[in-house]
Amino acid sequence: MEKKDATEAGLIARILAGEKELFHELIRPYERMVYLTLLAIVKNEADAEDAAQEAVISSYRYLSSFRGHAKFSTWLTTIAINEGRKRLRKAKTAAEESIEEEGQEGDFTPAPLTDWREVPLEALERKELREALRAAVAELPDIYRHVFILRDLEELNIEETSQVMGISVGVVKVRLHRARIMLQKRLVPYLKTAAPARRGFFGRAL
Amino acid sequence: MKLECKHVWEHISEYIDGTVDARLREEIERHLEHCEICSAILDSTRNILVLTADDRTFELPIGYSERLHARLAKELENADNEPQKK
Repeated sequence: MEKKDATEAGLIARILAGEKELFHELIRPYERMVYLTLLAIVKNEADAEDAAQEAVISSYRYLSSFRGHAKFSTWLTTIAINEGRKRLRKAKTAAEESIEEEGQEGDFTPAPLTDWREVPLEALERKELREALRAAVAELPDIYRHVFILRDLEELNIEETSQVMGISVGVVKVRLHRARIMLQKRLVPYLKTAAPARRGFFGRAL
Repeated sequence: MKLECKHVWEHISEYIDGTVDARLREEIERHLEHCEICSAILDSTRNILVLTADDRTFELPIGYSERLHARLAKELENADNEPQKK
């Protein structure tokens, strides 16, 4: 990791010194991350792509303000989130976001899974399950989806997620927990149908 | 102290992330040994996370990278578009 950071720092110094072309190389490992961050916010593929391009261009223009206090990936994600939020404000959908309060009532208990021993790894290979997961993630309330994508898809750690979202570590944990449980609940039917029906006592596989 | 299922569920996310303290972790593990329902919930949640991190689940639009670098190349070509000096 440190080696990667050092390589990046070297690249950034050279770009700022005039070797602009190297920016292609700097950004390449993060293209996917930038797109997915934007997709989590704007929820539409074409807009996400457009916004991802803008975010990458902005990161080039403001590269000199990157000071190396944060990781480059974290800094870049912050730029992407800002770009996404700017677009939301323009689309005036930001109002929706404010409705979702932290203390939101809801049932955040997971769904019991029967026949679980029969859920084979190959079930995870099924296309329907992937589609169901994509749809379930898209339907998560915004505040939960953002945290989930950053943490579980882009694999930022809790502190980095808190930093780029501008929320506390505690709030990240609560939102992440709720997001994961909501997805578990939504996807249980798909996991179940992957298993042959074999019911034992209390609906559990024996 | 014996943990109830509900208590385990409340900590599932942190348990997966390895951020529960050692004592609670031990209690959860003891509970999981005999509780199939909680074990199943834990497994399915973990599987969902594995699937989420799988590149095939969230794919990029075809041609995304090419379009991005083409746009970037245009930006870089323009001599006026040096990164801003601070």
